[in-house]
Amino acid sequence: MLLSLAQSALPIGISGVEKRFGGVSVLHDLSLDVAAGEFLTLLGPSGSGKTTLLMILAGFVRANAGSIKVGGEEIITMPPHKRNIGMVFQNYALFPHMNVFHNIAFPLKQRRVSAAETAERVERALDLVQLKGLGERRVDQLSGGQRQRVALARVIVFEPRIVLMDEPLSALDKSLREHMQIELRNLHRRLGMTTVYVTHDQREAITMSDRVAVMNAGRIEQIDQPEALYARPTTKFVAGFIGESSFIPVECRNDSVWYEDRKLRMAAAAPSAGRHLMVVRPEKLRVIDGVEQAGDVNALPAIVGDVIYQGDSFVCYATLKDGRQVTLRDYCRSDVLAKLPAPGEPITLGIDAQDVVLVADQ
Amino acid sequence: MSMENSLPISHRQRLWLYALGGLVMLFLIAPSVIIVIMSFSGSTLLEFPPQEWSLRWYESYFGSVEWRDATIVSVKVAVMTAIVATPLGTAAAYAINVGTLRLTGAINALLTASLIIPVILIGIGTFFLYARIGLNNTLTGLVIAHTVQALPLVVLTVLSGLRSYDMNQEKVARNLGAGRFSAFFQVTMPQISFSIVSGALFAFITSFDEVVVSLFISGGETTTLTRRMFNALRDQIDPTIAAISTCLIVLSIVLLSAAQLFGRER
Amino acid sequence: MSIAGLRDNDGRKSALNVHALRADAQRESLGLLALLSPGLVLVFAVIIVPIGWLFWLSLFDEAGQLSAANYARFFEQASYIKTFVTTFKVAFVVTGACVLFGYPLACMLSQLPRRAASICLIFVILPFWTSVLVRTYAWLVILQRKGLINSWLIDLGVISQPLPLANNFAGVVIGMTHIMLPFLVLPLYASMKTIDVDCLRAGMNLGASPAATFRQIFFPLSLPGLASGVVIVFVLCLGFFVTPALMGGGKVIMWAMRMEQTTSLYSNWGAGAALGVVLLGVTLALLGLFQRLLGARATGVWSQR
Repeated sequence: MLLSLAQSALPIGISGVEKRFGGVSVLHDLSLDVAAGEFLTLLGPSGSGKTTLLMILAGFVRANAGSIKVGGEEIITMPPHKRNIGMVFQNYALFPHMNVFHNIAFPLKQRRVSAAETAERVERALDLVQLKGLGERRVDQLSGGQRQRVALARVIVFEPRIVLMDEPLSALDKSLREHMQIELRNLHRRLGMTTVYVTHDQREAITMSDRVAVMNAGRIEQIDQPEALYARPTTKFVAGFIGESSFIPVECRNDSVWYEDRKLRMAAAAPSAGRHLMVVRPEKLRVIDGVEQAGDVNALPAIVGDVIYQGDSFVCYATLKDGRQVTLRDYCRSDVLAKLPAPGEPITLGIDAQDVVLVADQ
Repeated sequence: MSMENSLPISHRQRLWLYALGGLVMLFLIAPSVIIVIMSFSGSTLLEFPPQEWSLRWYESYFGSVEWRDATIVSVKVAVMTAIVATPLGTAAAYAINVGTLRLTGAINALLTASLIIPVILIGIGTFFLYARIGLNNTLTGLVIAHTVQALPLVVLTVLSGLRSYDMNQEKVARNLGAGRFSAFFQVTMPQISFSIVSGALFAFITSFDEVVVSLFISGGETTTLTRRMFNALRDQIDPTIAAISTCLIVLSIVLLSAAQLFGRER
Repeated sequence: MSIAGLRDNDGRKSALNVHALRADAQRESLGLLALLSPGLVLVFAVIIVPIGWLFWLSLFDEAGQLSAANYARFFEQASYIKTFVTTFKVAFVVTGACVLFGYPLACMLSQLPRRAASICLIFVILPFWTSVLVRTYAWLVILQRKGLINSWLIDLGVISQPLPLANNFAGVVIGMTHIMLPFLVLPLYASMKTIDVDCLRAGMNLGASPAATFRQIFFPLSLPGLASGVVIVFVLCLGFFVTPALMGGGKVIMWAMRMEQTTSLYSNWGAGAALGVVLLGVTLALLGLFQRLLGARATGVWSQR
């Protein structure tokens, strides 16, 4: 049955995966567990090793060491066609010499599924990706979005244990991409297959995933739910890669954290002694009056630089006393606009104690 | 002329270039044209344009047992060469294209060696080897020697086809459950069939037109057409050869256009 | 810090499945090698083994004694020296003629619109795939004493005695130029096609005249293609056999003909082999030099149609 992938969904256990190309190491002792039915995204800049990891999962790149278990079964040396792992490629790689029907029937043909059952399952897969009735179309008659759906149908039709996707939406234009993100998300909810998704687009990762693994230089920097990843990054790289951030150097002495001569108020426990960076998100900063300086707000005196109007919001660049630049963003509500600072004006910026996030200073 | 490749130089300003290029093109094509026309001459004198027309040189070609036998030998050898060289070259090109093997440079050099090594050396060497193992004047010997000559052309042609083919498609096929061989035959081969067919045609022409090696290793009953032509030309200029040449030119045109047509259909 | 961490990881971890993965990689390599092996074995057996054998033979004199006599002969006998001189003379003249005729043609092809270029390209490709023998025969017919050119010129009253065009140096050069020209034009055209027209536009925009644009931008950018064409033509000329044998009239003895005579006529395998070894050495040296200098492969001409 096509709609029962949830029952066959399996967990993936990746441990100790190493990959070197020539002498260059691209994956370092990488371990990662994906729960059954989970939508996990590998997010990172190009060259971070995310696509290599996906290729190792699919069996097209051979790791130098490591173990990949699907539902407890070791598959690291299994040939790709025996893995039962479906993969959607970046450029879809539809077979141009076959029509839509035969493209989708391809995996069933390899599994010697009877003609009648093939027809039925292809029909259902087409229905699922909203391409009903397009089976006879040639591939080159399809639009980008339709090709994407055919590639997807071709994978889900054989009910793989796991679905891998390598930047499947990167070739689509922005509005179609956003539409497909939601559609893919819904399809995953409906079918419940274990999915590993690769992208370099942080917004896409945050929108779609149950969990996101941020990769950098062949390692996983942090793996967490999207909200946690944004709110509590654990490394400077994650804080910089997901959303915008300014970094303010702080120091931890005697169980309290200091920015120059000010003691920071923070909700979380103080980290180990030494130098750290405070992650400052533009929307967590606001302009405060002297009155507000008490309580759970940290005050940072600054001089206003440029103020840039962006329609729905504005961005204000301000320079702190130590010469460091921070960014503040707020929506153009009338109360905010009334107090809009002017360039050159001294102001006090406030950040709530609960919004203070520290990462190691690398 | 499209905007993309137009420069602010008019065609008129380039007239001298076109004139020069046209002359060189004339130089390239004229000999073939002249031979084709002269092959229909009715005179034993090589005059151009011919005073009278006839098919006597074609009759003399097709009527001669020697020429006919030589042609049959050449066709047989060329067909066999294409049949042997095409799969071997395709397999080799595939393996090279995967690119994970070490020593790819050395393998490439070895496979394309016959394009670079002077043919005369290959001819003498092959004759010398065949003399020891009794392959001189045999069809088998000719096919083997011609296969080695044709192999690099098949490899290079198929390789260029594979390079412009999206290997992800074969990966997808394997991901969807097809083994490596099965993926190649179901997905890759239909899409590079143009290159494979071109490679086969080149292998055929290479064998059919091969002179130097055949000069050394063919003889007696297995004398190839080119060897017989070479010997005939050493003695005298027999107009029958104009008729044979015309047939060879037509063969080249037919094979090249077959390759082109096949490519356009895809 | 990250380097220390890496070393620490490698040292501590007992890596998983290393042997299984290595065995798997070897299995794949063996599979690919199996695909390559029939072709490699054939080439090895028919080309490398006999040439190695001939090389071995060239080291012995006619009495079967190990000696350098076969090579020393090249410097001692005037006939050999004459052969080498003739060969290089022909190769230089033919290569020069090919550049002279080929460059404007390639230039024109690269400037023509796509459709016209592909039609004109037929004029280059058709001869390329026509038998060398056929083309040589055609030139014999055209150039010989009672051939087309001479009879036309006599009919027109330009000359009274036929010009010696065939069976001499001129005939060999004309015939070989015709045969070699596509080998120069095809790589040259391919490299000219890759020249970005915007570079030329920029040149003109910056104030260069069309002639200056050609000289300072187009020509330098076309040089790698020209070089690869020149090298392949030169190398092929050195070992060329058919045309000089048929059109040289026994007066133009080139290297390959010398080899054929030595082995077939005089059955002196050692001497013939030595000639072959030196020819191969010169050929490979030229190609190697070219590849070192320009990093390109001269076999590229065969992969274009």
